[in-house]
Amino acid sequence: MEKTKNIKLEKDSMKDETTLSNGSRIEAKDVKVWYDDFMAIKGIDMVIKPNTITAFIGPSGCGKSTFLRLFNRMNDYVEGFKMEGKIKINGDSIYKKKVNVEQLRKEIGMVFQKPNPFPKSIFENVAYGLKIQGIKDKKLIDERVEKALRQADLWEEVKDNLKKSALALSGGQQQRLCIARTLAVQPSILLMDEPTSALDPISTAKIEELIHHLKEEYTIIIVTHNMQQASRISDYTAFFYLGELIEYDKTRKIFTNPEKKQTENYITGRFG
Amino acid sequence: MNNHKKNKYIDQSFKVLGILFTMLGIFILGVLIYNIVIAGFTRINWDFLTSLPSRKPERAGIYTAIIGTLDLMLLTVLFAIPIGVGAGIYLEEYAKKSKFSSILEINISNLAGVPSIIYGLLGLGIFVRFFGFGGSILSGSLTLSLLILPIIIVATREAIKAVPHSLKEASYGLGASKWQTIKNVVLPSSFGGILTGIILSLSRAIGETAPLIVVGAMAYVPFVPHSIFDTYSVLPMQIFSWTTRPQQGFAIAAAGAIIVLLIITFVMNGIAVYFRNKWQKRLK
Amino acid sequence: MKVKEKIIEFILKFCASITILTTVGIIAVLLFESIAFFKSVSIFEFLTDTQWTPLYSEKHFGILALVSGTFLTAAIAIAVALPIGLTIAIYLNMYAPTSFRKTLKPFLEILAAIPTVVYGFFALTIVTPFLQTIYPDLETFNSLSAGIVMGIMIIPFISSLSEDALYAVPKSLKLASFGMGATRFQTAFKVMVPAASSGIIVSIILAISRAIGETMIVAIAAGQQPQFTLNPTVPVQTITSYIVQVSMGDAPQGSIEYKTIFAAGLTLFVFTFILNSISFYIKKKYQEKYE
Repeated sequence: MEKTKNIKLEKDSMKDETTLSNGSRIEAKDVKVWYDDFMAIKGIDMVIKPNTITAFIGPSGCGKSTFLRLFNRMNDYVEGFKMEGKIKINGDSIYKKKVNVEQLRKEIGMVFQKPNPFPKSIFENVAYGLKIQGIKDKKLIDERVEKALRQADLWEEVKDNLKKSALALSGGQQQRLCIARTLAVQPSILLMDEPTSALDPISTAKIEELIHHLKEEYTIIIVTHNMQQASRISDYTAFFYLGELIEYDKTRKIFTNPEKKQTENYITGRFG
Repeated sequence: MNNHKKNKYIDQSFKVLGILFTMLGIFILGVLIYNIVIAGFTRINWDFLTSLPSRKPERAGIYTAIIGTLDLMLLTVLFAIPIGVGAGIYLEEYAKKSKFSSILEINISNLAGVPSIIYGLLGLGIFVRFFGFGGSILSGSLTLSLLILPIIIVATREAIKAVPHSLKEASYGLGASKWQTIKNVVLPSSFGGILTGIILSLSRAIGETAPLIVVGAMAYVPFVPHSIFDTYSVLPMQIFSWTTRPQQGFAIAAAGAIIVLLIITFVMNGIAVYFRNKWQKRLK
Repeated sequence: MKVKEKIIEFILKFCASITILTTVGIIAVLLFESIAFFKSVSIFEFLTDTQWTPLYSEKHFGILALVSGTFLTAAIAIAVALPIGLTIAIYLNMYAPTSFRKTLKPFLEILAAIPTVVYGFFALTIVTPFLQTIYPDLETFNSLSAGIVMGIMIIPFISSLSEDALYAVPKSLKLASFGMGATRFQTAFKVMVPAASSGIIVSIILAISRAIGETMIVAIAAGQQPQFTLNPTVPVQTITSYIVQVSMGDAPQGSIEYKTIFAAGLTLFVFTFILNSISFYIKKKYQEKYE
């Protein structure tokens, strides 16, 4: 039985280092999303288990990114965004009024499609999340930065150049830096929105390997256009189409013996 | 001539006309600068820069005007930058699509087109008379601040707009609040653009004459101002007053002062262009 | 944390609100003093009398004398700036090589960065004497010289803004026209200028608004005699140069001279407000069309 850590979203609390090795459980209940009059998500129920990698696949515009961004409330800033239904993380609804959105995002890290390092030094990038939490202890920051860079498998490459601008790194290095930046805040869930779509195959392989290691400590959800990638790295796969969750099952099942015709058509490349 | 040839002929003629007109603009710029330099360069020396104004044209200097310009700009910067940048941030990052924000937008666009002399009348009514600051540096700088506010706001908004959305998302994604994101990501990334706008707005303010005449800048100030409530003159004011005198000597002095004013204006514009290019390169 | 965010947002909102206070302040000041003015002078006289002599013992308050000077100088300026500015815009967009365009544009924009008092000096001491060699009857102060120099000053307004508008026209339109064998001239006037017309019109309106609000060139070079005339060779006075004239003297607060500059200012504000509003309206419509 997996242990789940209870996130306290409603007040700022420094996390206990010892509970880190556990991801969190996500539950969505009858979730609907509109952008103005356009219905982007048409009622989705889903449960994501802790310490698993779940891949969201589907053609462009199917709602997979929108659905992913619900989990850390990144859609809140989109003009005309409206939502119904419930999303619970470890049993706590995250769309309640009193939820502290900033605190929520510290618990649920996100890696974006294109590497988006800040135009600051490598060190400053990784330390950013800690500094905005008001952490001033230099030793603690140094430790966390090193740990995060090691986790992201970047430490050996940059340890002598921490003061260098992050923009001088290669695309693949930048993306690993962005992962390190997210890990430094010590989240329990990692949301990855097509994290390798802008990278070359070698960098992609590196990141996939990294994601595989991270599974031990985090619950990971990854949106991808790349079906091979989904089948390579994920435990579960969810297929979205036109704002609906068509099929959600163990990855092996989805790719070898899907229940639905639409899923089969998509994974065999007949549309999308 | 057949039709094809005729079209070709018109096309070429227009090209020549285009080159002529473009060159005409630059030619006139050359004539203007050449004539002013010829008329005024004899006055450009240390004495001219450090002498007080005088009723005798050959002894008149621009010391008080330069000091007045510096004081006025310093105060204008102090008022206009925080308010202008603040307003720009508000419009770009906070204002939702509401009635209030669309009124703000129309209003700023309109203010940018209000003639500068109208700002002078505003300053006269509000700062000089209503608040009783009189024809002081304070009145002058408050008036100029309001005048350049739209320029700074527009430049701030453009610069913030150019900050990639992905950087803001990265910051929010790490749990940063709105203000933390603005302070740590948005402002550092848009700094070059904002700075360019500020320098350009100041270069505009330095050359302004009309509103300052209305709020009581002096044509003749034989002393250096000591407080923000003192009277003052500025370079363009000094130029205007010398230009309107009948004696030839004052026209020469005016040309000398214009050389100084033009150098300041061109240097500021040059710096602004430099920053803009550097900043645009960094964004790419 | 939340409280701090709210306070910051409030402060920033206040900064933005100062721009509204500025407009309110402008209108309040102009109206307040103008109402006092219209207590002693009838609006009818103000709008129909053709003489403006508030500084003489026999006082007339016909704003038409100043309005005519204002529009005369502005019209001369536009007559200079419009053909030149528009030709430059089309030349830069359709004919000039990119590198040439990139070098030329900043040079032209210097014309707009030169302080207006410098242009005034230029008009009075260089352009007027030059024009007198061609037309000896030209008076020392006249609207022709002031108008021409003002036109030179606003060339970059028209050329830059119009070029931006031409640049915004989809490249496909240009190529389609070339593809049918049209010359650059034909493409420019039959396709590009019509497609960019709203942007070009906005640039012209802004140039007009700029010209009627321009102060120092006319104050220095056009003279200080309010005349209801369209003769460009004689001295005239504009609304702006009248305000300067009174301000250079020392009109005591509450005197009729003091109030006249606000009534004149209100007239100027109304003109520019109408022009700016039209250009804003066109710009909004035009943005919607392309978005």
